[in-house]
Amino acid sequence: MAAALCWGAAGGQRGLRALMKCEMQCARWCLITSRKLYSSLYDPNEKTFEKLLIANRGEIACRVIKTCKKMGIKTVAIHSDVDANAVHVKMADEAVCVGPAPTSKSYLNMDAIMEVIKKTRAQAVHPGYGFLSENKEFARRLASEGVTFIGPDTHAIQAMGDKIESKLLAKNAKVNTIPGFDGVVKDADEAVRIAREIGYPVMIKASAGGGGKGMRIAWDDEETREGFRFSSQEAASSFGDDRLLIEKFIDNPRHIEIQVLADKHGNALWLNERECSIQRRNQKVVEEAPSTFLDPETRRAMGEQAVALAKAVKYSSAGTVEFLVDSSKNFYFLEMNTRLQVEHPVTECITGLDLVQEMIRVAKGYPLRHKQADIPINGWAVECRVYAEDPYKSFGLPSIGKLSQYQEPLHLPSVRVDSGIQQGSDISIYYDPMISKLITYGSNRAEALKRMEEALDNYVIRGVAHNISLLREVIIHPRFVQGDISTKFLPEAYPDGFKGHRLTDLERRELLATAASLYVTEQLRSQRFLGTQRIPIAKSKRSSWELSVRLGDGVYPVAVSKESSSFSVEVDGMKLNVTSEWNLASPLLSVTIDGTQRTIQRLSRNASGDTSIQFLGTVVSEGQEICVIEAMKMQNSMIAAKTGKVKAVHCKAGDTVGEGDLLVELE
Amino acid sequence: MFLAKNWCIEKCASGHFIDSCPRWLSPKQEEKEYLQQKLFDRYLQKFSYESLIHYFPMTKYRELPFLNYTVPGLLVSCLNPGPASLLWTSGHHWAHPCYCCWTCSALLVQGKLTARERILLLLDPDSFDEYDMFVEHRCADFGMDSDKNKYPGDSVVTGRGRINGRLAYVFSQDFTVFGGSLSGAHAQKICKIMDQAAMVGAPVIGLNDSGGARIQEGVESLAGYADIFLRNVLCSGVVPQISLVMGPCAGGAVYSPALTDFTFMVKDTSYLFITGPDVVKSVTNEDVTQEQLGGAKTHTAVSGVAHRAFENDIDALLNLREFFNYLPLSNRDPAPVCECHDPSDRLVPELDMIVPTESTKAYDMLDIIHSIADEREFFEIMPSYARNIVVGFARMNGRTVGIVGNQPKVASGCLDINSSVKGARFVRFCDAFNIPLITFVDVPGFLPGTAQEYGGIIRHGAKLLFAFAEATVPKITIITRKAYGGAYDVMSSKHLRGDANYAWPTAEVAVMGAKGAVQIIFRGKEADAEAEYVDKFANPFPAAMRGFVDDIIQPSSTRMRICHDLDVLASKTQSNPWKKHANIPL
Repeated sequence: MAAALCWGAAGGQRGLRALMKCEMQCARWCLITSRKLYSSLYDPNEKTFEKLLIANRGEIACRVIKTCKKMGIKTVAIHSDVDANAVHVKMADEAVCVGPAPTSKSYLNMDAIMEVIKKTRAQAVHPGYGFLSENKEFARRLASEGVTFIGPDTHAIQAMGDKIESKLLAKNAKVNTIPGFDGVVKDADEAVRIAREIGYPVMIKASAGGGGKGMRIAWDDEETREGFRFSSQEAASSFGDDRLLIEKFIDNPRHIEIQVLADKHGNALWLNERECSIQRRNQKVVEEAPSTFLDPETRRAMGEQAVALAKAVKYSSAGTVEFLVDSSKNFYFLEMNTRLQVEHPVTECITGLDLVQEMIRVAKGYPLRHKQADIPINGWAVECRVYAEDPYKSFGLPSIGKLSQYQEPLHLPSVRVDSGIQQGSDISIYYDPMISKLITYGSNRAEALKRMEEALDNYVIRGVAHNISLLREVIIHPRFVQGDISTKFLPEAYPDGFKGHRLTDLERRELLATAASLYVTEQLRSQRFLGTQRIPIAKSKRSSWELSVRLGDGVYPVAVSKESSSFSVEVDGMKLNVTSEWNLASPLLSVTIDGTQRTIQRLSRNASGDTSIQFLGTVVSEGQEICVIEAMKMQNSMIAAKTGKVKAVHCKAGDTVGEGDLLVELE
Repeated sequence: MFLAKNWCIEKCASGHFIDSCPRWLSPKQEEKEYLQQKLFDRYLQKFSYESLIHYFPMTKYRELPFLNYTVPGLLVSCLNPGPASLLWTSGHHWAHPCYCCWTCSALLVQGKLTARERILLLLDPDSFDEYDMFVEHRCADFGMDSDKNKYPGDSVVTGRGRINGRLAYVFSQDFTVFGGSLSGAHAQKICKIMDQAAMVGAPVIGLNDSGGARIQEGVESLAGYADIFLRNVLCSGVVPQISLVMGPCAGGAVYSPALTDFTFMVKDTSYLFITGPDVVKSVTNEDVTQEQLGGAKTHTAVSGVAHRAFENDIDALLNLREFFNYLPLSNRDPAPVCECHDPSDRLVPELDMIVPTESTKAYDMLDIIHSIADEREFFEIMPSYARNIVVGFARMNGRTVGIVGNQPKVASGCLDINSSVKGARFVRFCDAFNIPLITFVDVPGFLPGTAQEYGGIIRHGAKLLFAFAEATVPKITIITRKAYGGAYDVMSSKHLRGDANYAWPTAEVAVMGAKGAVQIIFRGKEADAEAEYVDKFANPFPAAMRGFVDDIIQPSSTRMRICHDLDVLASKTQSNPWKKHANIPL
C-alpha cells in the first residue's frame, strides 16, 4: 500500500508502473522456476538486445514480454487509446500510444510505430502474429533504420507471401505440392490422361470460376469424362475462358503443420508437427502436438521437406510449413507462415524450447544450439482457443462486453494460459475476440485431455459469451478422442449446429441433486445471523426438503435430506450423496456426487431461486426448483418481447453499440 | 354462489379439525353439505389434478396463470407431497375454498394468490400465529348484519411469524371479502399488530389488496384509516415498515403504503391511486387506464411512489423474504450480520481500470458496487427512477450496508430534484436503522436549467444535504472521479462528518470543471490556463493535503478498506443535539 500513497491523477501512471514492476519481479521468478514448460537454457552472459518493441497487443504481446523479462531485455509496448489499460501495456517497461482504436490507425500505423521506435531507441521489434508480422514493407523500413526485425528477412517474407511463388519454390525444393494441371484440355481422353497422372480422386473445374463454384469430383475415368464435359461447357459458356483446372482432390483432409526454426548460418530444424484440423470457418479452434495421425516416417518426411523449403528461401527465425494430409497419409504443401504461430505453445510444451527466446537469439545472429537429434517429443499438449463468442451460432459469433469476472485455471497442474486480458477488461469490437489460449500438458494424450476437461470446468469467464461449452464437447467427442478428425470435423459432428451438452440420465440426476442441494444450502445459510440477537432467532430444525425441480419440460420431485456434512438426495427413486464445501462466494464449486467429482459454476441467482449453472461446460438455467436447459441463453439476436409500435430508434446503421445501450423503444 | 371463505380442509391454524372449527360452522347447512361432498371427492381422488378439473369445473379458468408460477419449494415441501398435486398442494392448506368461490377464481384468473397463501409464502413454514381470527365487522346497516355477510376475521388476516427465523408482524388484506375494504374491525386488527410490533421492536409488513373504505360503515371506516396512519407515523423510524401492494389500492388506502419505509408493487395486478380513472375522466376529462394512472410501471419509473416492482405475487413475496434479511428488526438493533463466505480482504483488480481515462466518458457505477459487495449481491431500491443516483442494500463482510452512488452512465451522474429526493429518503432510512452508509461519488454538480430551478432544486437538493449531514451512522465515502462544487459537499463529504473519506487516483475535487473555471478566472484569455487548472485541481491532492480526504487509495483495495473501516466503526457513537425533531426542508 505504500506505493499507493504517492498516487495522483498526474502521478497515477507512475505509481501504477512502480506497482506493476513489483508484481512483475515475482512473475519473472515464477516463470523461471515453476514452469518446466521451457527447458530452453538461458545464458545470462550471452549478449542480447537491450530494448525490444513489441508491435502487437493482447496475449502474444504478453507472451513476448514474458520471455524478454526472462532474458533481461527491456520492453516497449505500443497500444491504441482504448488499450491504455491493457495487460500488455502494464507488463511492459514502457508503453506508447500509437493512435485510436481502429487497427489501421494504431497497430498497423507504420509511421507512428517507426516514430516510437526512434523515440524509445528500441533495438529490435517483435511483430507477434497478425498485424505487421508478415509485412515486408515494415521489415524493409526497420532494416533501413538499422532496427532488427525479429523474423525472417524481407526476401523470405515476400517469397512465402506470394501463393504462386511459394508453390514454385516448394516444387523446386522437392516439397510435395498438390499435383494439378491448369490450362486448355483438348478432349475427354486428355482429361483422363491428366487425371491418371495426378491420381484419383481429382477435382475438375473451370479455371476462371472462383472458389468451389462448378467444382466436380471424379473418382474414376468415367466420372472424369463426365466432369470434363460439364466443366468445359461451363468454362466456355459462363466465363468465355476454355481453361480447366484439374487438381488432386484431398479427401477428408487434415491440417497438420511443421514448426521450423532456422538461423542465419544455414542451420534449420523441424520441431515436430501440430495437428490443427479442428477448425470453423478456416479458423483453428483446438490444436495439439503431436498428431495422432502421423507415424515417425511421415513425420520425418514432412519435417525434412519443411526444412528443405526453409533452406531454399534462406529462412531464419521461427516459421511454420502448413500441409494438408489425406486419409492415406499423403501430404501436400499448403503455405508457409513466416511468423510465430498462435498455436506455438503446444510445440513448446513437447519440445521444451522457448520459441520466442530462440527467435530473439537468431535475430541477434547466434547459431542454433540444438541439433535435430536433440528435438524430443515429450508427452502430449493440447491447446484450446477460448473465444468471446457464442458457439451456438455457426460454431461461434463474436460477442463483446466487459469481463466482470475472470479467473484462469492456473491452480491445476500442467496448465498454461496465454492471455492478455484480466478481470475487468473489455472485449471490444475492434480486435480479435480471443480471450486466451488454454494449454494442458500430459505424459500422454489421454492425460492431457483429462486435464483440459478439468481446466475448462475451472475456467471462470463472466460478462461475455464464450465458447467453453463447444471446446469441452469437442475434446470429449468420441471421434476426437479416437483421433478421427479432419477439417470438416465440426460440421460433421454437429450437422444441425452446436446445441450444447446433452445430459445423460446419470448426469441429469447429478445436476438435479446438485441444484437441489445448492438451493437447500442457500436456504439454510439465509437463516444464519451472527452476533447476539435481542429477539432470539427461531432455529429451524428442518432436515429434509421435498422439492419439485423443473428441468427442460419435465418436473422432477427431488427429496433432500441433510446428514451432518453432506446431503442425501433422492432423484428418480435413486439416492445420491452430495458433498461439497458449499462456499457460496466462490465462482467455482467443487461437488462430489456419489464419488464423482464435478466442478460447477453458479453464474447467477435471484430471490425467486432462479439460478443458472455451468454444468459440464454448458450453461443450465435453473429455477429455484427449475432447471431449464437454456443452452441458447447467450444469443445476441434481438427479439421484441412484445409487439408494439417503434417509438424511437436510438442508433443508426454503422454505430457502435455497447451492451445495455437503448437501441429501439417500443410503445 | 358465494361461499364462506375462511374454513378449513384438514386442520386449521387454530388446531381445530374441520367439523369442529367454529369458522366451519358459520356457513349455511346446504353449503356445508356441498363442500363436504367436494371434500370427500377430493380425498377420494387423492388430490389429483384431473379430479380437480372434473369436480371443480371452475378450475379450468385458472389452470393457466397459476401453473405459470414457479411453485416454491418451501411450500410444496411443507404440505402433502403428491406427485401430480403440485397445483393443489401449493398453498391450499387453509384457504382452500377458492376453488369453488367466484371471487377467488377471479383472483386466480388474474394470477393472484389469496391472502393466506401470501402469508404462507412470506413466512417460514409453520411459523404463523394468527391474531383475531374470530373478529367480525360491526356494521348493521344495509343488511350487513345478516349471517351471510359476516365472515370470521373480516377482510384482513393478521398475525406474526418468522422470516428466516426472525420475527415479523404481518397483515394481509383479503380481496375476497368485500373487496378487501377497510372496516372498523379490519383497521382495529391492523392497529393491534402494529402496536405490538412497536412494543416488541419488530418490523411490520403489510400485504395490501384493498378496494378502499367500506362504504357501508361510513365514518367508522375513515376513523380506521386514520388510526392506521397515526401508527404508521409513530412506528416510523422505530421499526421498519414495508408495504407490498398486491392488488388495487385506492383512495385513503394509498396513504398507509406511502407512510411506510418501502413500497413494493406487483406488475400488472397492483395499482395505487388517489382517484380512479372514472373520477379522473369526470374531473379533468383525461382518458387514462388504471395501469397508466397508477400501475407498477408508473410508480416505479415516473412518480417514484413505489420502490420496486416484481413479476408476480410469488416473485414479490420471495424477494421480500430476501429483502427482509438486510433489515434490522428495529432502531434498537444493529444492522444484521449474515454468515459470509466472501473474504473481506479480497482485492478487486478490475477497479484499477474501471474509470475511463477520458473524464467525459461514462462507466457503470453498478459495476463498482457489484464488484465490492459480498458475492456481488446488491438489492437495488428504485432501480428505474432517477437513475442518475443508485441506492440500495448490500453486505460487506456479512454486515448490511446502504450504498449510495452517483451513476455516470445516466445524465453524467448529476444531481437533480428526483435523484436528491430518492437519495435523501434512502439515507434517512439507513440512519434511522443503524445501517452504515457507503457513498461513491462521481458527480459533476447539480443539474442546471429552468425546469430544475422552477421545480425547486434548491429545496430538494437541500434534502440530500440535510440527510447526509444529520446521519450519525458510520459513513464511508469514496470519490471515484468528479466531485465538483456544491455536489461534492453534499455527497457525504468530510465536512458533513464523514468517517472515512477516500479518493481514487482518478478523483478530481474542484469547484467546477476546468473549462468553466478557466473562463471565469481568465475570461478565456489564457490558452494554457486550462492545463494549469487541470494540473492543480483535477487530481485528489489538493483535497488530500487539506485532510478533506483521508487517503488516496488504490481502487482494487477498496473492498478491503471498507470492510476494515466498518469493523472499527461498528462501535461508533455520535449524537445530534437534543431536539423535538429536525426541520428537514420538505
